[in-house]
Amino acid sequence: MRFTRAQRYMHAVLFTTFLGLAATGLPMRFSESFWARKFASGVGGFGTIIFFHKFFALVLTVAFLIHLKEVFTRAFVRREKGIFWGKTSMVANWKDVKDLFGHIRWFLGLGPKPQFERYAYWEKFDYWAVFWGMIVIGFSGYAMWFAPFFARFLPGWALNAVLVIHSEEGLLAILFIFSIHFVNTHLRPDSFPMDMVIFTGVESEEEFKNKRPEEYQRVAAQRKLETRLGVQPPLWLLNFSKAVGYTAIFIGLLLLVLTLSAYFGG
Amino acid sequence: MKTASSIALALGTLLVFATPRVAMAEADCLECHGDKVDASTFGASLHGSLKCGDCHSTIKDYPHPDQVTPVKCESCHTGEAEGLVGSVHANRAEHPCTSCHGDAHAIFPKGDPRSAVYPLNIPHTCGACHGNDDLAKKHGLPNVYPLYIDSIHGFALSKEGLLVAANCQSCHGSHHILSHKDTQSPTYKANVPKTCGNCHAGITADYMGGVHGKAVAAGHLDAPVCSDCHTAHAIEQPTAAAFRMQSTPICGNCHKDKFSTYRDTFHSQLGSLGGYVETARCWDCHGAHNVLPANDPRSPIAPANLIKTCGRCHEGANASFVQYQPHANARNRKLNPALYYIRLFMNLLLAGVLTFFVIHTILWLIRSRYQQVKTRSAKGGKNG
Repeated sequence: MRFTRAQRYMHAVLFTTFLGLAATGLPMRFSESFWARKFASGVGGFGTIIFFHKFFALVLTVAFLIHLKEVFTRAFVRREKGIFWGKTSMVANWKDVKDLFGHIRWFLGLGPKPQFERYAYWEKFDYWAVFWGMIVIGFSGYAMWFAPFFARFLPGWALNAVLVIHSEEGLLAILFIFSIHFVNTHLRPDSFPMDMVIFTGVESEEEFKNKRPEEYQRVAAQRKLETRLGVQPPLWLLNFSKAVGYTAIFIGLLLLVLTLSAYFGG
Repeated sequence: MKTASSIALALGTLLVFATPRVAMAEADCLECHGDKVDASTFGASLHGSLKCGDCHSTIKDYPHPDQVTPVKCESCHTGEAEGLVGSVHANRAEHPCTSCHGDAHAIFPKGDPRSAVYPLNIPHTCGACHGNDDLAKKHGLPNVYPLYIDSIHGFALSKEGLLVAANCQSCHGSHHILSHKDTQSPTYKANVPKTCGNCHAGITADYMGGVHGKAVAAGHLDAPVCSDCHTAHAIEQPTAAAFRMQSTPICGNCHKDKFSTYRDTFHSQLGSLGGYVETARCWDCHGAHNVLPANDPRSPIAPANLIKTCGRCHEGANASFVQYQPHANARNRKLNPALYYIRLFMNLLLAGVLTFFVIHTILWLIRSRYQQVKTRSAKGGKNG
């Protein structure tokens, strides 16, 4: 299968906490917008908002640490090949650069569609953007949360800087996920309205072949197609995933509209 | 004054018991005017010892003419009448004495709860006119009665019945009420601290020692007096959530640059959300009344005092922590270079990533939709 159960759970925790952090962070970032104070008074004021912001931050921090531990275990304990380099690694390689330019050429009708491997360049970008974002947003967030402690080894101006960093990087993450990631991964015609593989772990052979032809060829040559395709999920899982996924996309798009209205509405 | 009212009271008391005799003496008048004048109330009132003719002095005979000269209160109350000259209520036709003092035949000492000018009755008495929207518009005045009655002074008076609570005349005076534009008025800007100081002596002393008080004393009337921050009539308890929530723009009216940089901070962000009023507002750091510049060692924002000042909220604040700049300007390269470049980098990162991917995604969408339609029509299916 494409995603293991643990990876799918990780994505679910990630998007749940991300939506929670965005929903509680945006009212603070745009505290003077028309909806921020209404939202705040609706949920019980700033105290409630910061409580849940910190709560989701802690959950996401734990999830991030579990992920690091998982990568460490796979690479150094189980000595799995291809974690840091190779066709199935998340690390960018020369093919990704070629694929990016090839893809753009294809957009413009100047060349054939690139033959993507297991993780395409934009998927790797998503992964590393989240990875970098969690370190940057997390560090700056904890610096504000425990400011007197961080002030022991950070210069005074850094306390001013962390808010700028936290809010700008958070804004970038929100805008990126709710527009670019949503469209690239879920809303583009090949996957519309939602790519279920992150919920079910599996995709149809046709979809697999179409989206990731190079991986398909490689897996077929290794005669591991059956394992890679996995078993079809039960109907309830499919329906449940759709309900959760559509809700997440709806909340995300709503937050995107509110963000843009606050950003450009002044 | 006190002696006079005591005598009047004593006389009044005497007259209550002697009412029949007084009524008898004025029986001729009361025969016709008994419907307007209640003999026993009048007898008990401040003027109860007087005879009808003492005030209605032009009436000598019976029957008297239909049109009689109006009573002139000033023939006795000379001081009050002089006070009215030049006041906002100087027009006697519009503002007869009775408009504030009520029924001329039922006037009681101002310490008597039956009096229209008893402290607890004054707002209602003044409010008869100054709680009227049409009148307020006509004279270009705010409709002050509802503002006052819901204020901390109004509540103290109406809910708790505090005689010492400021009522209208505590600040405006009674007979010689002047416009706040008149330099002699207790509500003229330069006189406001002294007026409020009649009760709030300690706060006024603090205020006069601070930059605002000194500026006003030196004649700089741009500086705020009590009413600029607290308002004149709608004064709220300054520690109340409602006041704290709306408070920072008050200082921001003058300190525009400081307000703008404050709004960039987390203090402001969480402060404007509500539900958590403890977040630092201007005076939590600067002090409220004795505001002093940072170079004054007594100032809470003097470098030596910062750990204590910040530490009031931020437990564990240390020397490095108080290097934090509550008014840092990330848009100013000269003042805050590190912050400026960090913000610039973050903005370029944000703009760069989004610009690239928005173009990338739009091109991709167009291309893959085109591809999809082409494939489907090649297969002979629907162009869905």
